[in-house]
Amino acid sequence: MSAIPNILSVVTFLPLVGAGLILLARLMARSNEDSIARWVAMITTLVVLAVSTVLVLQFDSTNAAYQFVENYVWFAGAGYHLGVDGVSILFVLLTAFLMPICILASWKSVETRVGDYMIAFLLLETLVIGVFTSLDLFLFYIFFEGTLVPMFIIIGVWGGANRIYAAYKFFLYTLLGSVLMLLAMLWMANEAGTTSIPALKEYAFGPQAQSILWLAFFASFAVKMPMWPVHTWLPDAHVQAPTAGSVILAGILLKLGGYGFILFNVPMFPDASVAYRPLVFTLSVIAIAYTSLVAFRQTDIKKLIAYSSIAHMGFVTMGIFAGNAQGMQGAVFQMLSHGLISSALFLCVGVVYDRMHTREIAFYGGLTNRMPWYAAIFLMFTMANVGLPGTSGFIGEILTLTGVYQASTWAAFVAATGVILSAVYALTLYRNVMFGEITNPALATIKDIDLRELAIFVPLIVGTIWLGVQPDLVLNYTAASVDAVVNGWQLATGG
Amino acid sequence: MSLELLVTLGVFAPLLGAAIAGFFGRRIGDIPSQAVTTGLLFFSCAVAWTVFSQWTWGDLEPFTVVVSPFINVGDFQSNWSIRIDALSATMLVVVTTVSSLVHLYSWGYMAEDDSKPRFFAYLSLFTFAMLALVTAADFMQLFFGWEGVGLASYLLIGFWFKKSTASAAAIKAFVVNRVGDFGFALGIITVFWMFGTIQFAELFPMIASKAGTGWQFLGYTWSALDLAGVLLFIGAMGKSAQFFLHTWLPDAMEGPTPVSALIHAATMVTAGVYMVCLLSPIYEYAPTASLIIAVTGAVTALFAATVGLMQNDIKRVIAYSTCSQLGYMFFAAGVGAYEASMFHLFTHAFFKALLFLGAGSVIHGMHHEQDMRKMGGLWKLLPVTYAVMMIGTIAITGLGIPGIGGFAGFYSKDSIIESAFAAATSGHSPAGYFAFVVGIFAAGLTSYYSWRLIFMTFHNKPQWTEEAMAHAHDHGHDDHASHARIETHSEPLPDDHAHDDHGHDDHGHHGPLKPHESPWIMLVPLIALSIGAIAAGFVFAPNFIGHHETEFWRGAIFNGPTNHVLHESHDVPLWVKWSPLIVTLTGAFIAFWFYVLKEGLPKRMAANEGPLWSFLYNKWYFDEIYDVIFVKGAKALGDFFWKVGDVKIIDGLGPNGAAWASLKSAARLAKIQSGYVYHYAFVMLIGVAGLLAFAIYAWGA
Repeated sequence: MSAIPNILSVVTFLPLVGAGLILLARLMARSNEDSIARWVAMITTLVVLAVSTVLVLQFDSTNAAYQFVENYVWFAGAGYHLGVDGVSILFVLLTAFLMPICILASWKSVETRVGDYMIAFLLLETLVIGVFTSLDLFLFYIFFEGTLVPMFIIIGVWGGANRIYAAYKFFLYTLLGSVLMLLAMLWMANEAGTTSIPALKEYAFGPQAQSILWLAFFASFAVKMPMWPVHTWLPDAHVQAPTAGSVILAGILLKLGGYGFILFNVPMFPDASVAYRPLVFTLSVIAIAYTSLVAFRQTDIKKLIAYSSIAHMGFVTMGIFAGNAQGMQGAVFQMLSHGLISSALFLCVGVVYDRMHTREIAFYGGLTNRMPWYAAIFLMFTMANVGLPGTSGFIGEILTLTGVYQASTWAAFVAATGVILSAVYALTLYRNVMFGEITNPALATIKDIDLRELAIFVPLIVGTIWLGVQPDLVLNYTAASVDAVVNGWQLATGG
Repeated sequence: MSLELLVTLGVFAPLLGAAIAGFFGRRIGDIPSQAVTTGLLFFSCAVAWTVFSQWTWGDLEPFTVVVSPFINVGDFQSNWSIRIDALSATMLVVVTTVSSLVHLYSWGYMAEDDSKPRFFAYLSLFTFAMLALVTAADFMQLFFGWEGVGLASYLLIGFWFKKSTASAAAIKAFVVNRVGDFGFALGIITVFWMFGTIQFAELFPMIASKAGTGWQFLGYTWSALDLAGVLLFIGAMGKSAQFFLHTWLPDAMEGPTPVSALIHAATMVTAGVYMVCLLSPIYEYAPTASLIIAVTGAVTALFAATVGLMQNDIKRVIAYSTCSQLGYMFFAAGVGAYEASMFHLFTHAFFKALLFLGAGSVIHGMHHEQDMRKMGGLWKLLPVTYAVMMIGTIAITGLGIPGIGGFAGFYSKDSIIESAFAAATSGHSPAGYFAFVVGIFAAGLTSYYSWRLIFMTFHNKPQWTEEAMAHAHDHGHDDHASHARIETHSEPLPDDHAHDDHGHDDHGHHGPLKPHESPWIMLVPLIALSIGAIAAGFVFAPNFIGHHETEFWRGAIFNGPTNHVLHESHDVPLWVKWSPLIVTLTGAFIAFWFYVLKEGLPKRMAANEGPLWSFLYNKWYFDEIYDVIFVKGAKALGDFFWKVGDVKIIDGLGPNGAAWASLKSAARLAKIQSGYVYHYAFVMLIGVAGLLAFAIYAWGA
């Protein structure tokens, strides 16, 4: 079936090989250990990207079943069970795509403990890809919770001045969610007698069980997304994280929540997913309107973009529970697109932060005068964030709105205000940072982006425009798998 | 070469130009960037005229070129395509003609600017988006073009990004348009769930089947097609600056004048009218939505004309005039005369672009002065500009003799007024009489403010001479509310060798200046547009609204079985046909009386600041009201959600809450922090261990 045997294991654990090489280099090398670490990390992530590309090209997108399945009995009925469908394979690709960008973005800005930093990122890559490939409860749980450890380290060691508070908040929220999810998994394994996710999708839980289990998973994934009102950890975490940390956080880690909803909540608890739809819609539209308004008032660039992320994730949660193909396809698309756009926006902040070491909006102004290329790139991603047609940001928004409209016109109506509000905060930010004359003397000699920075942005620009003009590239991949989930859901609920 | 291929190339040519000038403009230089963009635009223009002439005089059939798939999810299917029919052929001609002439004109107008490639790239990008809009075969591409022109408009209004007023106006334009798009998007989605398609060709034949049915929206049952029609019309209101969503258009005059001519007069702002005409199959079965369109259009026509009476900024007068003329187009469509609406769109493009570019020529000649109170007596110094402005003014005021003929506006505007009357007498539209009365009255106002502009600018005593300036300094009532602004090009760099050429700019602010006629490269487009302003009416009237209209439209506009408005508009009583001429002459005479015979009287009247004057001069206080409600409201709400919602309530009850208060002391917190990774890892490991243990217990090893 595949040119590379056990390709999913390869793509999952390949980054660990790179991490091992960095450790080895540290033991052997006398000098330029940092430089070796950077290059090893870079090459490793590029190889992972190449393997993921092979994976995607060999995937049969007309088939809704899990593919490249590896299933070995591990112990006691639990399996080492890997496989990908049309949704998860694209998240694997997104992860592999963003990682080299993160490494390149950290090339100069990270100067202390470079080896450890690169190891943390490679470990994170393994864990995240593991989440998207695992088809067993145990395996999923280990990978899912495991991602937090390197993320904590990245924020804690290379973060900003107030990282203590941020990490503390992150810890509290996530702990609550993961404990509930763990209990739910125990219950499921006990009742269904299996830990295999495909098997659990077939298992019919009773209405009461569904209701409780749904809430337990929801708690964990809602914190991850994050949904209102458990979102306040995210702005703090972003502000404190180094640029590449923010990229991974916004680009990939937030998507674990949405992926979890599609993997667990909808197929395993279909009745509860219908019953709790009003709850999800309510929280989602509040997230969209409320956090957009909060974003409008922020004085820190990163915080503003973090709040904007929460608003955009509102479209995702709504779309997943809309109950039709438009909603869920739109949600998946929105997650992938946001992975590109929010990453690019955080990288844009990184560009000026690297130069000026502040993210205060008031410090900037008139940058277009000195940085025309940067201005063009930042504008492009601002427009993508606003959901301008022709960029990938539009597709996810219009599809999720379409899907939600069928389930609730009220939800669609309130969510559509996000279309107005996103323009308000995003364009105000752009105006305050980029337009006008340069009045701050500190900015008088600021330099435009260099080649390395351009190399970071080019793949993101191409991806955002390409998916905006040819969204079918993604939609064709996700169609069969999403249809299977949606049809299964409709069958189970008699809809 | 097949026509399909030619049309495809014509649509994409401006995009190519925009890419070349945008990405490589700095490398290849100003002149090559300008030449590439302008050249490709003239190519598009030639293609458009080929299509249009084959359509009008040949036997071209409607066709659609599918370029590639766009979005496909279930029934939600959309393609990138190029749809050619009477409507799109008309729009192609309008867009590419005005755009290519504006490109050419900008060679002269923007000569002093230091980022010309960027300007031309934006102009070409706009043109591409507009072409995508008018050739769309489904709602998604329509929406792409719709927002694409909004982006270009944002970029061009804010072109001089150093000016704070320019960037503020750019945001305002984008955001107000987004308010419209909010309705538009909901309208598209409503149509999708109602009919299961967003493709026009599939949609239109199905519409009659939903006439009279209900639709659930926001907890109420609405008349299905009226709901869809109104939601879609909200989009049109934003794009075409109709009452309530009009506030961005006057501010958009912050953009360079060629932009105002192209985007904010001739093309983009007419997209809403185009959409309503395109969707005539919906509106013909949506009487309430049509009524709303007619009333909104009429109110806008009246409102904008009243505000236009009092403005002193030459561009703002024309901007309000545009707003008002768009109102005419909408009420024409609202009463069922889509053909007259499209015809006015067509003729208006020529004479309004002409007026704007003429105003630009005045501004150029006056060294970036836009305040008409500081002009006067320019006709001798700018003879060509004066001549073309006269042509434009005659065209817009619709001066002409019924039964004999006149300039372009005469045919289209009179057709609209007569259609409103016909719709009223035949009972086709309840708003008919209202629209008719407003149409007549606003025609008088149009004439007044248009001639006022001519008199203040070209006649009277010059206000820019040394004595006049000194006089103004002594006695001038320089009100702070003045919206007249100086159009400034971006500052040249200190080492810019062109700096010497800029020297004369400084005169604009504090000294007498020497107005001059514009260079030929600006005058040629003006002359070309003058031909359109004179001839577009009598040449095309038979095709658009006359005896050949059914052969011309060939089904592109749908008229319901009871809609005979256009047909009946030819047979209105004689007094209806003559009344526009009478009010137009009256308006012109009043302007003449105030501004020529009693020169100086209006200034003294303005100085009194009477309530009516203040109300109109301040644009009915829309900006002030919106600022209090929406801008301040959003800020207050945002602050409340942030500082009270997030910080006090959520964080207060959660992570910073009483239960955790003890942890807040720095020392304790530090202790937790130092070990948090391990804590976490520990919890996780216990979890995994627990799970394993349980599994082993449950199934036996």
